[in-house]
Amino acid sequence: MMEQFGLLRFIPLIPLAGAALNILFGARLRPQFAGFLACGAVALSFLVSLAVFWLLPASGVFRDVLFIWIDSEPFKAQLSFQADALTAVMLLVITGIGLLIHVYSLGYMGDDEGMTRYFAYLNLFVFFMSLLVLADNLLLLFVGWEGVGLCSYLLIGFWYEDHTNTIAGNKAFIVNRIGDFGFLLGVLLLFWEMGRQGVWTLNFSELERAAHLLRPESVTLITLLFFAGATGKSAQIPLYVWLPDAMQGPTPVSALIHAATMVTAGVYMTARLHFLFSLAPATLAVIATIGALTAFFAATIAVAQNDIKRVLAYSTVSQLGYMFLAAGVGAFSAAIFHLFTHAFFKACLFLGSGSVIHALGGEQDMRKMGGLRRYLPTTYWTYLVAALVISGAPLTAGFFSKDQILWQAYASPNGSTQLWLLAWLTAGLTAFYMFRQLFMVFHGACRVAEPAKARLHESPAAMTVPLVLLALGSIFAGWLGTPDFMWGSVWDPWLQSVLGVQEAVDDAAPGGELFLMALTLGIAALGFLLAFLLYGRESRVAERIAATTIYRWLAHKYYVDEIYDCVFVRPFTACARWLAQIFDPGFIDGFVNGVASTIRAGSLSWRRIQSGDVQHYLFAFLAGTLLIFAYLLGR
Amino acid sequence: MAPLNYYLVLSAIIFAIGVAGVVIRRNFIVILLSIELMLNAVNLTFIAFARYLGSMEGQVIVFFVMTVAAAEAVVGLAIIISIFRHRRSLDPREMQLLKW
Repeated sequence: MMEQFGLLRFIPLIPLAGAALNILFGARLRPQFAGFLACGAVALSFLVSLAVFWLLPASGVFRDVLFIWIDSEPFKAQLSFQADALTAVMLLVITGIGLLIHVYSLGYMGDDEGMTRYFAYLNLFVFFMSLLVLADNLLLLFVGWEGVGLCSYLLIGFWYEDHTNTIAGNKAFIVNRIGDFGFLLGVLLLFWEMGRQGVWTLNFSELERAAHLLRPESVTLITLLFFAGATGKSAQIPLYVWLPDAMQGPTPVSALIHAATMVTAGVYMTARLHFLFSLAPATLAVIATIGALTAFFAATIAVAQNDIKRVLAYSTVSQLGYMFLAAGVGAFSAAIFHLFTHAFFKACLFLGSGSVIHALGGEQDMRKMGGLRRYLPTTYWTYLVAALVISGAPLTAGFFSKDQILWQAYASPNGSTQLWLLAWLTAGLTAFYMFRQLFMVFHGACRVAEPAKARLHESPAAMTVPLVLLALGSIFAGWLGTPDFMWGSVWDPWLQSVLGVQEAVDDAAPGGELFLMALTLGIAALGFLLAFLLYGRESRVAERIAATTIYRWLAHKYYVDEIYDCVFVRPFTACARWLAQIFDPGFIDGFVNGVASTIRAGSLSWRRIQSGDVQHYLFAFLAGTLLIFAYLLGR
Repeated sequence: MAPLNYYLVLSAIIFAIGVAGVVIRRNFIVILLSIELMLNAVNLTFIAFARYLGSMEGQVIVFFVMTVAAAEAVVGLAIIISIFRHRRSLDPREMQLLKW
C-alpha cells in the first residue's frame, strides 16, 4: 500500500537549507545565531518526522517522488523518498537524538571560533543521514552513505590546527573508502545480475519482488560485498580501526555520528536489504560470526583503555557487533531494536563524557579524574543511569534489547551456543568496563590537577537537559519491546510489515529465555562486582593489574593498528614512494621526454631540407610532378 | 604540312630546356627568360592542336597566355630590379633568408 505524502521531502531538505544558510551567510551572522538556526532546522525536521510516524498506517508506505533522476532505458531511477516503519524509526532516532545533540552543542561549542562551520556540518550530516534512510533505491542510499562519510571526515578533523585530528579524519575516510568500494561493487553486481534476469532496477520494493530470480551463489557474493561496506561504515572487524581514532572530533559529534546514527547505517542497510540477506545463509553466518567476535574483541580492549572517550568508542564497536550478531541470526527486528535503544544510552554516555571533558577544560585521561560526583551531580546521575542501561540492569532499555539478541543468538535456527557464549561474555565485560569507568571518573579521590580543580563546574542547562532526556529515554525506550512473558513487544509487529515475519523460535524448554536472562544478569552483576572491587575502592590491585603483560596487550589494542601499519600501510607507502620517486620520474617521464627528444632530434636534422633556396624547391616540385606522371603512365 | 607529332616533340624539347634553365641557371634574368620559354612551348602545343582539330579555342587561349606572360615579365623584372638594388646581385643562392 503506497501513499503519496508530500511532506517527506522536507525532512532532509530543511537541514540542507540550514547548512546552506550557515555556509553562505554564516560569516555575517553572530555565531550564536548559527547555532539556533541549525537547531531550528533539525527541530522542524523532527516535527515532520513525528508527523510521518504518527500518520503512517500499519504496514503502509509513504512515498514522495521528486523527479526522475536517471532515465536510461531500460533502467530508470527516481529521486524519490519512501517512509515505512523501519524508516520512521530511523528518522525519529536521527532527528530526535540529533535535535538533543544540536541543543547540547550550543552549550559545548559555545565559545568555539568555528561554531558556524560546526553547525553547518552537523546540519549537512542530518541531511545526508535522513537521505540515506529515506532513499527508495540503492543509488540514493549510496549518495547518503557517502555523504555521511564525508560529514564524519569533516567533523573528526574539525579542529584541523592539530595535526593528529587531521590524520584521524583521513584514517576514517580511507578505511571507510575500502568498505565503500565493496559496497559499490555489490550494487553494481546486483544491478548486473538483476539485469540478466531482465529486471533493470535498484528500487527496494521492486528488488524484493524480483529477489528470488537471483542465483544463490550470486546472492551470496552480493550480500558479502554489501557486508564489506557495512564493516567499514559500522566499524566491524576488520575495518573497525577508524572509530576509536574518530574520537578526536568534538564530543557531540562522537555522540551523534560515531555512536547514535552514522555507524548504525550498516545495520540499517542490512535490515533494509533483509530479503537479499535472508537468501544467503552463508553470508548470514559470516555476519553473525563477525558480529559476535567484534562484540567480544572490542569489549576486551575497552577494559584497558584510560581515555574516557576511547572506552566509549570501543563500547560502541562492541554494541554494533551485537546488532550484527542479531542481524546474522536473522533477527533483524532485534538488531533495529538494539540500534534504537543504543542510540539513547550511548548518546547519553558520550554527552556525559563531553560534560566531564568540558568541566575539566579538555582533559580526557580517566587517571586524572576521580571524585567528580560532587562537582557534576546531574552528569553523574545521568551517567550512572546510562551505565546501568548499557550493562543491562533489569527493566531498562539495554536489558530488553540485549536479552532479545542473546536469546535469538541462542535459540534462533541460525544461532548457536558458541555465538551466545561470546555475546554472554561480552555482557559481563560491558558491565565491567562501564563501571570501571564510572568509578574511575566519578568516585574515589579527586585526582584533578589544582588549577583545573578550582574551575570545576556543572555544565549549563543546554547540556544537562539533553542528558536528562536521554537518560529517561534510555530507561523507557526498551519498554516497546519486552519479551512475551511480560506484556509482549509492540516493536516486532510494527516492523513486521517491513522485515517480514521472523521464523518462530523453537522454544523447546519453556522459560528458556527467562533462564538465559538470569544468566546474563548474573555475569553482568559479576562484572559490576569486579569493577567495584578493583576500581571502586582505594586499592593497589588496579596498579598491579596495569603492570601485567595481558593488560599491556589490551591497552595497546592487541597491536592491531601496528599490525595494519606493517602489513598494509608501510608496504603501500613504500610502493607509492617507489612509484613517485623512481618509476614516475624514470619510466613515465623518461618515456614522455624520450618521445619528445627523439622528435626534436629528428626535426633538427630534417629541417635542413628547408634550405630557403627557391631552386631547390622547384627541383623538388619537378621531381614530385615527374613521379606522379610516372605513376599515372605506368598504371 | 608537317605532322602533329613534330610540333609536339619540338614543344616538349623547348619546355624541357625551359625547365632545366629555371632549375639550373644562377641568374634571375635568365630564369625569367626560361619561364618565358616554357610558356611559349605550351603556346606552340596549343596552336598545333588548334590547327590539327580545326578549332579556334586553342588560338584564343594563346592570346591569354601571351597577355599573362607580358604582365608576369613586367612584375618579375620589377622585383628583380628591386632585389638588385638591395643586394647588388642576381644570384638566387644568395636569397635564402626564408629558411629553418
